[in-house]
Amino acid sequence: MAHHNIVIPTKDRLFNLGEFSLRTTGNKITAVILAVGLILTIIRFTQGIGSVSNLSDTQPWGMWIGFDLLCGVCLAAGGYFTTVACYVMGMKHFHSAVRPAVTTAFLGYGFVVVALLYDLGHPLRLPYMFFFPGTTSVLFEVGLCVATYVTVLFMEFSVAPCEWLAAKFPFLLKWRKLVNATNILLTIFGVTLSTLHQSSLGALYLIAPAKLHPLWYSPFIPMFFFVSSMIAGGSMVIFEGMFAHKGVHHYMDATHMKEADEIVFSFAKAESFIMFAYFMIKLIDMLVQANLPYLFSGYGFWWLVEMFGFVLFPALVYAKGARTRDISKCRFAAVVAVAGIVLNRFNVSMIAFNYALPSSERYVPSIWEICISMFVVTMIVTAYRFIVYHMPVLYEHPDFKGAH
Amino acid sequence: MNRRKFLTILGSAGVASALSTARVANASGGTTTWPYYENSYGVLHDTTRCIGCRRCEEGCNKVNGLPKPKKPFSDLSVTETRRRTSAYEWTVVNKYEVNGKPVFRKQQCFHCNDPACASACFAKCFQKQPDGSVTYDGSQCVGCRYCMIACPFYAPGFEYDKAWDPLVQKCTFCEPRMKEGKLPGCIEACPIDALTFGRRSDLIKIARARMHENPGKYADYIYGEWDAGGTAWMVLAPSPEAAAASGHEFADLGLDTHLGNRPIGELTYGALSAVPMIVAFWPVLFGGAYAMTKRREAMHKAEQEAVAREAGEDVAAAVAAAVRKIEETQGRSAADTARAAMADALKAREAACAHAGEDK
Repeated sequence: MAHHNIVIPTKDRLFNLGEFSLRTTGNKITAVILAVGLILTIIRFTQGIGSVSNLSDTQPWGMWIGFDLLCGVCLAAGGYFTTVACYVMGMKHFHSAVRPAVTTAFLGYGFVVVALLYDLGHPLRLPYMFFFPGTTSVLFEVGLCVATYVTVLFMEFSVAPCEWLAAKFPFLLKWRKLVNATNILLTIFGVTLSTLHQSSLGALYLIAPAKLHPLWYSPFIPMFFFVSSMIAGGSMVIFEGMFAHKGVHHYMDATHMKEADEIVFSFAKAESFIMFAYFMIKLIDMLVQANLPYLFSGYGFWWLVEMFGFVLFPALVYAKGARTRDISKCRFAAVVAVAGIVLNRFNVSMIAFNYALPSSERYVPSIWEICISMFVVTMIVTAYRFIVYHMPVLYEHPDFKGAH
Repeated sequence: MNRRKFLTILGSAGVASALSTARVANASGGTTTWPYYENSYGVLHDTTRCIGCRRCEEGCNKVNGLPKPKKPFSDLSVTETRRRTSAYEWTVVNKYEVNGKPVFRKQQCFHCNDPACASACFAKCFQKQPDGSVTYDGSQCVGCRYCMIACPFYAPGFEYDKAWDPLVQKCTFCEPRMKEGKLPGCIEACPIDALTFGRRSDLIKIARARMHENPGKYADYIYGEWDAGGTAWMVLAPSPEAAAASGHEFADLGLDTHLGNRPIGELTYGALSAVPMIVAFWPVLFGGAYAMTKRREAMHKAEQEAVAREAGEDVAAAVAAAVRKIEETQGRSAADTARAAMADALKAREAACAHAGEDK
């Protein structure tokens, strides 16, 4: 009964691509962005990085690292956050959130790698880090962890395509069984790798004490990046759920819808605690590093905007929303929290980076860099839609009901 | 609840202890020169002698076969603007103002004793050579540009305009020429001995001797002797005129005086050393949490079953008593009917309970 309007692909009709050819505004915008992105991709790879970006010798990392890599990885933290809550901590009522979270995490990480190829001078040499391992480099650790974690996420996610294709290719059931059997191992491996590379993304900037503004530079920046990835993890589950309920509502089964609100409230409560903690450790760090005088400058004001407007404020709204069981408040807080994470990563990678240089040498992303970032996001959304239209992510497959 | 709370505390303590090692290491002073690199070469750049003629730029351009610049090297007006090294200009001379007088400073890779770029490179492209140069092997460069983030001197440049083989480029200390026994191009081109080439240890003695022989001429500091763990290229600045301006000469020359005396790469070693700790601790911690969750679930289930069994036994006893009473008062057939009816009712109730339980 719950599946009455969900199109479940069958053995003879594996594909359900009709949704993409509907003449909706969303599809039209998607088509335009993908077309522009494709043209920019050709320009980027035939004319060089300089032809589409404002990257310079003083600002070698810009939009593509600041948004696509730092935000991409952080906002995909929902994967480890949800799997740990459900499988390790035994919060079984989060179960219907696990597959959407793992799916978005896998897509997020997968496309981080894709976006990275635009930024690298020699994209095809990416595997060189395994042949010439620079073990003193934080970037080596990030690369190793992300590569391993993408594999773990692929395994966790692979259950969904297996269930989709099992009717036609029954051998996939063996793989599915193996993944299900090793589920808890994958989860614990995943959280270990996530802890490492989420914090290491912050540690990347430890090597630039003279370039990053003291309000953002801290020997504890790895910890800030890790704690804020937890904020991003929970908030993104709420944030994505919000859009999923708008766009792909008709692919959700009764269990998913019934559990959805409870998941929002539980995550909102957890997030309010984590964000309070994050606010406090940032505050204490600012004080112990004697950065108080910097607060009375332009950057100080900006730091206060970030801390009060995008950390403390959403923390309070989360607390209120979870307490009064107000779903729209929780969703609003999630939007602000996600914006706050993006703002923090932008501050570290671009706005407060090279703060001492004259404004003529500062970096502003070019319109084409932003277009390529939008292109990547659109590719993620499109891939997500493809997966949701075909695979049991928002619903349980009738052949595998209660089997996981 | 207590168990979970304990775990939370344990977890945060783990993170804190792991990351507290990430403190800035500044306890012990001194440069980090590899013992067998003691005789490495360096260059002393005396800014009190430099006249900003740009011959070094020209010499560098010529010996390294770099593309010709738009403005000729004879145009000295370019030193007025704030230029930096790039992929095609490995050295630049800029004009600064110290004590209200123009002072020229040559800029290039400082060839650190323990270079940040080499520490940051994840494909091992950079190497500190025994001759003092920091060399770069582009054949294994991925083009990530983390070396450029890491370099505190903003030295390396990237070939953003190239599509096919864009590489990081910087001053090589003319390592190929040094191997042939020749001087670096810029030093050969310098007409007035503003650049002194020699063994690093000798250069420090020479610098001190110049300060001693010319009282009041130099600021009492050799930039690069200790900065960022020591560099092969070192800079002398003119002395401050007023005591109040003291300490600003190097900042006025556009040099960062807050780099500290440890290699920049060491700033990341604390965070990196936390990696094995997390790899060791996290699986134990989360595995333990998982085991506790499992055990709690099992205990909860057993408890529920015990309660259900007890309740079932109670109901069975009550039913038996009731049926016995009916049998006594109304006879056997009435008792059978009553027993069957009660059994049916219980079964129906159990089924309903089980269904409700499934939903949860």
